[in-house]
Amino acid sequence: MNFWERMYLPAIAKGLGITIRHFFKKIPTVKYPEEQRPYSKNFRGLHSLKRDEEGRERCTACGLCALSCPAEAITMVAAERTKEEENLYREEKYAAVYEINMLRCIFCGLCEEACPKEAIYLDGPHVTADYLRKDFIYGKDKLVEPVFDITKLNPEKTN
Amino acid sequence: MEGAFILEKLILVVIVFTISLVIAMYSTLAERKIAGFMQDRYGPDRAGFGGILQPLCDGGKFFFKEEIIPAGAHKPLFILGPTLAIITACISSAVIPWGQTLSIGEREVVLQVADINVGVLYIFGVVALGVYGIMLGGWASNNKFSLMGAVRAASQSISYEIPMGLSIIALLMVSGTLSMGEIVAQQSGFVNWNIWVQPLGFLIFMICAFAECNRVPFDLPECETELIGGYHTEYSSMKLGLYMFSEYINMFVSSALMAALYFGGYNFPFMYELGLSQNWITIIGVLVFFLKIFGFIFFFMWVRWTLPRFRYDQLMGLGWKILIPLAIANIVLTAVVIVVKDTYF
Repeated sequence: MNFWERMYLPAIAKGLGITIRHFFKKIPTVKYPEEQRPYSKNFRGLHSLKRDEEGRERCTACGLCALSCPAEAITMVAAERTKEEENLYREEKYAAVYEINMLRCIFCGLCEEACPKEAIYLDGPHVTADYLRKDFIYGKDKLVEPVFDITKLNPEKTN
Repeated sequence: MEGAFILEKLILVVIVFTISLVIAMYSTLAERKIAGFMQDRYGPDRAGFGGILQPLCDGGKFFFKEEIIPAGAHKPLFILGPTLAIITACISSAVIPWGQTLSIGEREVVLQVADINVGVLYIFGVVALGVYGIMLGGWASNNKFSLMGAVRAASQSISYEIPMGLSIIALLMVSGTLSMGEIVAQQSGFVNWNIWVQPLGFLIFMICAFAECNRVPFDLPECETELIGGYHTEYSSMKLGLYMFSEYINMFVSSALMAALYFGGYNFPFMYELGLSQNWITIIGVLVFFLKIFGFIFFFMWVRWTLPRFRYDQLMGLGWKILIPLAIANIVLTAVVIVVKDTYF
């Protein structure tokens, strides 16, 4: 090192220059609760079991989703539709029990691709945290989308 | 001594005390904010608007923390440590001239608590005392890391007081007085600032001020990575808070000192040319002085978030082998220039 370098002051000035440049830089932080980053269009979140336009469940319990699932997260029990249940289920066979283990699911979307009835989509939000493992096994109560009631949505225009 | 005089000084003392405490308080926030911005993040911004209440939250937290005095500690000295640290930090602001005279009615109020004729010496005395708080606290903790930090603090501040004193001697040779009030009064306007005649002296003084305040890059007494917390390892609750506080007050006072000694204190360019009344000059002068102080505090923090810590032998080497010879050379140079100027011009 020559004399100029051994004085260190130029190097210190250079360092100070770098920090002051960062001082005026744009900060990339997202202030989370107040502002949220938008999700991408093909974000895959929580599954939802869809209904058709008459509010009947589309799933026919064929088991293709369970078969395609690489993490083996999906289990289901099929049942036969009775006469009175025609307004509840679209097909003659339906899933009496439909469970997804959210700790096993890898959100790959293969179930949604495998489904022949367009009954399952990964279009929900994040899967939230919980305390017990058993609470991560989501049943139909959490997965089936609520009945879409147009009369409640827009009461004036439905007559 | 008349009552009005005592009252006037008392009010001034209270104001100076409050200001230095508030500034120390908000220095903690400023430090974290500046650290944040220099690292491309925001720093604390949750408490109040932009984090403005953060110091209060921190203070509240300090008061409610459990207070632990270690079993093997020397209790009276353990308590005396932070007390002494904060007292010495506070009293050194007494001789700093905050502004010129303010005429309120008949009275001429000098904005300086005490213009003693050995102001500079007083400051050196108080600064030298300041290390006792750290030393006592570190020793009384009965902890080897604390003791280590205390020993480092003592030797560091002794080593750096010498070049600091020597750099001040050169300044005193130029100004010819030890009174802080007069030193500042001599630097009226802009061209008379001492920084123009003593740049090397200022550099040495500033480096020593960093060392005396135990600020990075000379924060070896606390040195988290080697000594856990150094002298305040065993301290908790508001005692720790007082140590932190005294560090920030020291920073404020030494910023004020640098601004007063080298950067003209309350003097600002064209102060008499603008045709302002004396009161306005004083008020603007006080604001300018605080602006300079804040500038130095910012510089302190800027350096802290830029430079790494010195190794201990490097610290001693810098103090004894570089700064002291440099300060002596500065004295000789100043003396020669003064003699040449007096004889030939």
